[in-house]
Amino acid sequence: MQTCRRGVALSRKDQPNPSASAVQKLRLRYAKRGRLRFTSHRDVARTFERALRRAGVPMAYSQGFNPHPKVSWIGASPTGVASEAEYVEVQVVEQIDPVALRAALDAALPPGLDVLEVVQASTGSLPDRIDASLWRIELPGVSVDALRAAVAGLLAVEQVEVERLTKDGKRIIDVRPAVMSAEVVSSHDLMITESEQSDAGHVQPDDWTASGEPCGILVTVVRQTTPAVRPDDVLSALRVVADLVPPVPARATRLAQGRLDDDGRLADPFAQDRATESAVESGEQERD
Amino acid sequence: MSVESVFPRLEALLPRVSKPVQYVGGELNATVKDWDSTTVRWALMYPDAYEVGLPNQGVMILYEVLNEQPDVLAERTYAVWPDLEALMREHNVPQFTVDGHRPLGAFDLLGVSFSTELGYTNLLTALDLGGIPLHAADRTDEHPIVIAGGHAAFNPEPIADFIDAAVLGDGEEAVLEVTDIVRAWKAEGRPGGRDELLTRLAETGGVYIPRFYDVEYLPDGRIQRVVPNRDRVPFRVFKRTTMDLDAWPYPKQPLVPLAESVHERMSVEIFRGCTRGCRFCQAGMITRPVRERSIEGIGAMIQKGLEATGFEEVGLLSLSSADHSEIAEITKGLADRYEGTNTSLSLPSTRVDAFNVDLANELSRNGRRSGLTFAPEGGSERIRRVINKMVSQEDLIRTVSAAYSNGWRQVKLYFMCGLPTETDEDVLEIAGMAQEVIRAGRKASGRNDVRCTISIGGFVPKPHTPFQWAAQCAPDTVDSRLRKLREAVNSDRGIGRNIGMRYHDGKPSLIEGLLSRGDRRVGRVIERVWAEGGRFDGWSEHFSYQRWVDACEAELVPLGVDLAWFTTREREETEVLPWDHLDSGLDKEWLWADWQDALDEREQDDCRWTPCFDCGVCPAMNTDIQVGPSGRTLLPISPVGKGSPVRNPALHLS
Repeated sequence: MQTCRRGVALSRKDQPNPSASAVQKLRLRYAKRGRLRFTSHRDVARTFERALRRAGVPMAYSQGFNPHPKVSWIGASPTGVASEAEYVEVQVVEQIDPVALRAALDAALPPGLDVLEVVQASTGSLPDRIDASLWRIELPGVSVDALRAAVAGLLAVEQVEVERLTKDGKRIIDVRPAVMSAEVVSSHDLMITESEQSDAGHVQPDDWTASGEPCGILVTVVRQTTPAVRPDDVLSALRVVADLVPPVPARATRLAQGRLDDDGRLADPFAQDRATESAVESGEQERD
Repeated sequence: MSVESVFPRLEALLPRVSKPVQYVGGELNATVKDWDSTTVRWALMYPDAYEVGLPNQGVMILYEVLNEQPDVLAERTYAVWPDLEALMREHNVPQFTVDGHRPLGAFDLLGVSFSTELGYTNLLTALDLGGIPLHAADRTDEHPIVIAGGHAAFNPEPIADFIDAAVLGDGEEAVLEVTDIVRAWKAEGRPGGRDELLTRLAETGGVYIPRFYDVEYLPDGRIQRVVPNRDRVPFRVFKRTTMDLDAWPYPKQPLVPLAESVHERMSVEIFRGCTRGCRFCQAGMITRPVRERSIEGIGAMIQKGLEATGFEEVGLLSLSSADHSEIAEITKGLADRYEGTNTSLSLPSTRVDAFNVDLANELSRNGRRSGLTFAPEGGSERIRRVINKMVSQEDLIRTVSAAYSNGWRQVKLYFMCGLPTETDEDVLEIAGMAQEVIRAGRKASGRNDVRCTISIGGFVPKPHTPFQWAAQCAPDTVDSRLRKLREAVNSDRGIGRNIGMRYHDGKPSLIEGLLSRGDRRVGRVIERVWAEGGRFDGWSEHFSYQRWVDACEAELVPLGVDLAWFTTREREETEVLPWDHLDSGLDKEWLWADWQDALDEREQDDCRWTPCFDCGVCPAMNTDIQVGPSGRTLLPISPVGKGSPVRNPALHLS
């Protein structure tokens, strides 16, 4: 294996910014929680790059007059939407420990941008392992029954066209083909899961408080399409088919991303990287 | 009495507004303290949009200085955009701080930093949304003490009705002294109420309480006199000066916003004050004397700041950064230390000389050489003598030639229009200068595609400067000169296409002039403009000239004065100016003599390298120039690492 390989600083006198070449690629899963869901993708990217510097991560940079750290984003949840499963890849010029990187970067990021897992990249492309998302959309003020009826209406039709405002004006998209599955649960049933997920180490004085009344929660798997169908579009579809208009803004969270398997479940995009890592570790132990 | 966060109510509105992230707080290095375990609580406001206000150094410094006190809490608030303002009114959400999302009305003090007068209407919005009476006279013990600071506080008369107090000059020590007075007064059980607290502040001589002074007017509208209307209140209020910048290395933990802001960099103030003596420059006049931070102090602030923020760029701030006595050592040392860490340095200096080009070359050692900026300020040699900006056309051509031959492709030149004694010819010479710059650039670089951008701002006479007596130029004259200048630039098409021209029309400058040199009567105008919807006057898409003109007509004319009286009227030597009782240290007789020198086109050299010219500041304020070289060094000078300005051994595999 090549875990001991060192980056070689190249002599490039004619290059304005000689950066050592990358020796390792790491893949990260992170969460966007609480009030940090109001960050745009650009906000997240800037915050991430600064956190990498504060954490002392020996980043690889692109060449040229305007060098950028080698950070590749895979998808990005929309502004206003929380996520438990965002993915990014970084490249470094010195070999580093994925576990230490998770801890150091998580400490350097603001509470609410939380690094959940870091793996060393094995072969293959990460974007190829992601083609769908599992969303949880909480609708305060909407009863479980009303939401169930609306979702049944959505699943019963072949096509639901909704209008979305984009930079280039209004655009019509068909939501229905992207919706692979949709079910409704009560917020009451999810309380236990919530408390397990909360990040006890961080103080978040302003984060949303659990609302008192139980409400309907839509759990849905949406396939990546072009243009992307977002949680807002799914809600627009419920308005079109069932005239469902939430009294207060809904709160959406991406719970997982991955490749849809034949059973309609999402395969973990890191499964292969983890398998490779443990194979390497056991190999190293044998050598010792 | 604890105070609840308004965030749950605000949160429901955020999906409906643009850029919601600016209202959620949670910036890196922000502080949220427990309300009940503190005794003195400050809300600090920068009265403009979050993206402008967050990077403001003044607010950032005071926020940190105050929060370092164990029993003091300081939180920040910024102007909310009209979309959120409408929703907050509809849903009864008060003006809030972004840290704890606490309502403004709950704080002991509201400190507002005015870099520009165009934030006045935004102050009124914040007070109104915060449930705080607009007029200081209507406030009770239940309401915060509203204190103005920043450069505009050197003439707070136009907002005298809306503020309880103003502090002139450096805030680091002043906020702590105000805090001490408030703490003691609260501990004693608030004797004498709000009135006694304000009197104790006034007694220090360094806090101005407008309503403790009566303004009397002459029949012709001029001020007769401004006098205290009670005991224990001084006739004059002096500015504050923080000496020894190395003892005040703030911000130590600069705020890093989640949202994009106007300055995506960390700033280190390398010195304060300036004695170049440019006669139009209020900042240079009111921040004297020059006080340098040492090279060692600068190096330490940068390293700690980079560790705390992760910024990729460091700006070395001051009014004329190339004038630091150790600037060459600082720039070379920093460039060596941060080589290979993708950290860039910027020096917002506009001095016109070859030395400046050397510095810029050093700072861009690893980066792109895009544009260099110089500020000749005046188009003709004559007008530059009037404003005391001593640079000749030969200097400029020599300097830009050096820049272009070192690989710089674009030169930006800053000018002003509407200066005292200015004629059309003075402005038209800007065109000739820009054309010479292009010719010199083509020759020096051997390329035809060099560019020069001329950027022109309208001149606004400011209080506490030699031009405080000058007539402001009418907007029509400014606009006509700029039109002629554009024609002159385009007259030679072969060169004109390489010259860009940026300017604004003269109308906003006239309103800035009204607010800069206005007196208490202008407060009615501000209130009317605000009531009729005036917000964000520094933003051209929100600014309405007509609204200001109409409000002046309605509020000033019945008092026997008008917009022109406050702006385009030249003042006499003996006229009592609205800010005469506010002491910037500058001797009024010296200012008048310097104004006469300006009219006679006589220059005044810098007191750092020529004898003292008796501007009055050092003896009046008991201060002295503090310049190096300090003989100290930037420690340590060894390069820090690869790919990041921080080394983290924990990341590496053993």
